[in-house]
Amino acid sequence: MKTEIISSGFGGQGALTIGKFLAKAGMGDGLNVSWLPSYGPEMRGGTANVSVVIADRAIASPLVSYPDILIALNQPSIDKFGSDIKEKGLLIYNTDMCPHGTKRKDIDVIEAPMNSIAREIGSMKVLNMVAIGIVIGKTGLVKYETLENDLTGFLQKKNPDLLELNLIAIKKGIEIGKK
Amino acid sequence: MAEKILMKGNEAVAEAAIRAGCRLYFAYPITPQSELIEYMAKMMPKVDGVFVQAESEVAAINMVYGASGTGRRVMTSSSSPGISLKMEGISYIAGANLPAVIVNVQRGGPGLGDIQPAQGDYFQATKGGGHGDYRLIVLAPSTVQEFADMADLAFDLADKYRNPVMILSDGLLGQMMEPVEFKPSKTKEEMEALDKQHYDWCMYPNEDEPNHHHHEINSLEIDPLILEQHVIKLGKKYDKIEKNEIRYEEYNISDENEVVVVAFGTAARIAKSAIDQLQEEGTSIGMIRPITVWPYPYEAISNVLHEKVRKVVVCELNLGQMVEDVKLAVNGKLPVEFLGKVGGILFTPDEIKAKILGTEGE
Repeated sequence: MKTEIISSGFGGQGALTIGKFLAKAGMGDGLNVSWLPSYGPEMRGGTANVSVVIADRAIASPLVSYPDILIALNQPSIDKFGSDIKEKGLLIYNTDMCPHGTKRKDIDVIEAPMNSIAREIGSMKVLNMVAIGIVIGKTGLVKYETLENDLTGFLQKKNPDLLELNLIAIKKGIEIGKK
Repeated sequence: MAEKILMKGNEAVAEAAIRAGCRLYFAYPITPQSELIEYMAKMMPKVDGVFVQAESEVAAINMVYGASGTGRRVMTSSSSPGISLKMEGISYIAGANLPAVIVNVQRGGPGLGDIQPAQGDYFQATKGGGHGDYRLIVLAPSTVQEFADMADLAFDLADKYRNPVMILSDGLLGQMMEPVEFKPSKTKEEMEALDKQHYDWCMYPNEDEPNHHHHEINSLEIDPLILEQHVIKLGKKYDKIEKNEIRYEEYNISDENEVVVVAFGTAARIAKSAIDQLQEEGTSIGMIRPITVWPYPYEAISNVLHEKVRKVVVCELNLGQMVEDVKLAVNGKLPVEFLGKVGGILFTPDEIKAKILGTEGE
């Protein structure tokens, strides 16, 4: 098994963090992982993106050209990577920030108003965790328990309230992913 | 087994260097290497080490030169334009027979270039860069784990031969996160034992030791007859390194190989993806990945050119540098083709596949 993911959005939306926690959870589940960020100068309003590979064998190239899964938090991300998604691949996108969506018919598409969901939960910071939840709910790529464990280690001391909101967001995402 | 940590290459090599006993680090920040200096700034005070952000790369390498004379493990790091600035100092360190570790997280050049991954410093690292007859041992990692492991290896080789060692990485390996396992830190006893190994040449050996005396460290020798002997001795050291320290990886090598690929570092990783895909499609391709790019594994390449091999393909993130060494290894027996990408752009596995199959442009 090998799953290649691109996670992409405006700077600050948490696209790189999505990649980091997916990779960390994959590692916790005993899989091989790689996390490769774009670190060049990006235009304001463009995309910050990361390539993540999760596999049960050694990972050769960490650069994802044709993702199995694209997580798009804004429209420029779909515009930039949407056409590269593998046939029968998966596009997860944030309808609040992607007014034009995608025209592709040969892929699975899951839409979610991630800004609205995060606002309802109580913090815009957890928008990206909704997306992670959807990945888990739809594909079971990494285990929820591993992710919860990682997040707890990361946030429990620093900000226990935010940890709680993160977990709510992930669970909400899982629900959407399972539909 | 040690715990696996998800870490950037830049941070992993810094942590591994500290565990290997490095307590002296001098550098100047530059992208895409800055997490390395940042990590050292944070961690060195915690291990009673010395961290100096020098006023320039030239200053940093000269601090390395001076500090190395004390017989302690010393490191500096930079990215391509900064490494160019260090070249004078590197030649002095080599001339003075001193150990030191230099990390180059390569970016696009020439000049200031850009900040994306590249392999354009191959010639500089392996054929000189500084002046005079000297050699660097050059290690080329292709994963974050290997990048970290090479810190330990680099210090050991530097000490063993009293020679500067360069880890030739790139922006991708520096910025990427992968799981890493670290060796345990050197104990106090092990650190003291390392110190003692250097008493026969370092500037001020421990005065409590019997037979201690101070040594002069210099790269200037104005008498040609003495310099002649000094350089001949350096040459013998390089011969010994070439005999003992060649390292490489064989990937998918077999009698069935139709093409042999040669690539190092990041380029080799991408080539592996292409080779795996071709294998699934029924075409057998082998690869030699040099781990030391100096000393170079010429024989390892010539030894795998079995009967079925039609050609050799070299993939590099430059205009064609290592390809010259591959041609020396192949020695005219087979065609050697080259695929390069420059400007900090990476090739895709598909492009490498097309080059191997000869279908590029179709």
